Amino acid sequence: MATVDLKDVRKVYAGGVEAVKGVSIDIPDKALCVLVGPSGCGKSTLLRMIAGLETISSGTVSIDGKVVNTVGPTERDIAMVFQNYALYPHMKVYDNMAYGLRNRGTPKDEIDRRVRDTAKTLELAHLLDRRPRELSGGQRQRVAMGRAIVRNPKVFLFDEPLSNLDAKLRGQMRVEIKNLQRSLGVTSVYVTHDQLEAMTLADVLVVMNGGLVEQAGAPLDIYEKPASTFVASFIGAPPMNLIALSGNALPEGTKLVAPVPPSAATLGFRPEDVELADAVHDAADGMDLEAQVEAVEPVGAESFLYSATGGGRIVVRVPGRAIAQPGDRLRVLVPVDKLHWFDQAGKRVS
Amino acid sequence: MVETPAAVTPAKATSTAAVLGRKEDGAMLGVSRSSRYIAHVILILGIVIVAFPIYYTFVASTHTLQTILRPPLPLIPGDQFFENYSEALFGGVGRIGGVAVSTLLFNTMVVALAIAIGKIIISILSAYAIVFFRFPFRMVFFWVIFITLMLPVEVRIMPTYKVMSDLGLIDTYTGLTLPLMASATATLLFRQFFLTIPGELVEAARVDGAGPYRFFKDILLPLSRTNIAALFVILFIYGWTQYLWPLLMTNRNDMNTIVIALKKMISFADADTQWHLVMVTSMLAIIPPILVVLLMQRWFVRGLVDTEK
Repeated sequence: MATVDLKDVRKVYAGGVEAVKGVSIDIPDKALCVLVGPSGCGKSTLLRMIAGLETISSGTVSIDGKVVNTVGPTERDIAMVFQNYALYPHMKVYDNMAYGLRNRGTPKDEIDRRVRDTAKTLELAHLLDRRPRELSGGQRQRVAMGRAIVRNPKVFLFDEPLSNLDAKLRGQMRVEIKNLQRSLGVTSVYVTHDQLEAMTLADVLVVMNGGLVEQAGAPLDIYEKPASTFVASFIGAPPMNLIALSGNALPEGTKLVAPVPPSAATLGFRPEDVELADAVHDAADGMDLEAQVEAVEPVGAESFLYSATGGGRIVVRVPGRAIAQPGDRLRVLVPVDKLHWFDQAGKRVS
Repeated sequence: MVETPAAVTPAKATSTAAVLGRKEDGAMLGVSRSSRYIAHVILILGIVIVAFPIYYTFVASTHTLQTILRPPLPLIPGDQFFENYSEALFGGVGRIGGVAVSTLLFNTMVVALAIAIGKIIISILSAYAIVFFRFPFRMVFFWVIFITLMLPVEVRIMPTYKVMSDLGLIDTYTGLTLPLMASATATLLFRQFFLTIPGELVEAARVDGAGPYRFFKDILLPLSRTNIAALFVILFIYGWTQYLWPLLMTNRNDMNTIVIALKKMISFADADTQWHLVMVTSMLAIIPPILVVLLMQRWFVRGLVDTEK
């Protein structure tokens, strides 16, 4: 039950490396904020600054309206789930979960009640007497969650908690984390480099790159209106097709009914916004692009056609089985309203 | 080129079958029966070679002085077991001023335990400071500790003796143990172990509200258990077998350690030496280290092979 506000937060390491270059984010109460970005973009550093594990070079971090820059991690009343779970290897599951409460001087019967309640919620009740090494990856993950939940903190912090699980378990845990976070109503900050995790979990999605926020907002807004070529290529799988324009002119083999915006330097469109030209769609009212199929990737429900065009390589997504073969020539149609334009600096042109 | 794989496959198949066949015979790892016998013969020979002198010492410790001095010494134990052992343990040995071996055992036990426990406490604390805390000149301290590796007691024995004698610590347990406690080796060992503890674990403890003392007590100590046990065994034996330093530090016979006393018991003149008591003392001197190794074996091996993470 708390808001988390970052104001122009910076982190400069002793060597002069600036990991976070002034980030401001307001996370509303009960929201799940996901920080997403490539490795080294500063997202983990930012999370650790919120946790109090890393000092803040400048700017302020406030939890529940109070500036906590100089407050230690214990007093910030946060709980953190680590990438490698960081369970205490010599303690039983019960003690792992109870440790934080004991250090806070919670009465014994209260600890017992809370640990058992939490274990029940997470279906860990039968594992309380085991040690971490006797648990599977998924179970360890649950214990790490339990250790966070049992304390009933103001803020949950997740540092890539699912990256050590296999794909199937990751999907399950993702849904579980989302449900748990919603039912507990605890403000959360979640760091990941997986854009799918980011899209599905986030109430507020923050895309970071090079220590700066590229774009923040609702996941689908970001998906539909990426603010930069970086966001466009980072969010969505496969990423948005980007075609460089040579001085405002479309590459060879491309026709467009609408005018190109004057400052545009890059043209983008999502692989799923594409239609293949056939007799019916021949007269398109959007962009018309010639492409040659280089590789076909069937994944069952859909197929991806990797194709070469005059403006570079693009991916086209078609439902079901692909009819095209490598070497086939395609005509790719994109409606005008599905085209994204970016300027020289990579910023979106509206 | 095409024929090669075809030629390899049947050969592979037969060798696999052969290994499986041997496994059915009960031999482990495909070792044949005869080579197992050879291995055992070699092992038994080795044990005999190592154990025979100890057995012979035991035999000598159960005969009278006259029997020992009149060769050859019998190969089977004599009938003086209780007489010799009780004389040595409680009666006192003439050549070392009538001090009983029980006193020597007590002295040596105190010295070995103090050195082992003292070393472990000092080194685990200094390793804790060096690994987990950022303080000015941290690396300087680390290197200073590291350099002492090159200065064992023997090298700095004169100045150390001077300091100890100026402090009036000759013939005291403090004097016997204190200079041997500061240990670079144990500090380095703990440092290496602490460095393998993941940073996330430290951070999880911080988030869980564990301060430096709690982290040390609740997390670091339990995790170091096996390392401490292994180190204890090594250091106990190191303390038990100390020779040069106790030789310098003790003048009074009743402050001797057993190794020193043993040396003092032996005279140049053969007839002057109470050989039966020397043998008894030798036997008694090796029992405690053996016990420590046997009792701590399980922990010791675990400490050397895994770190339980």
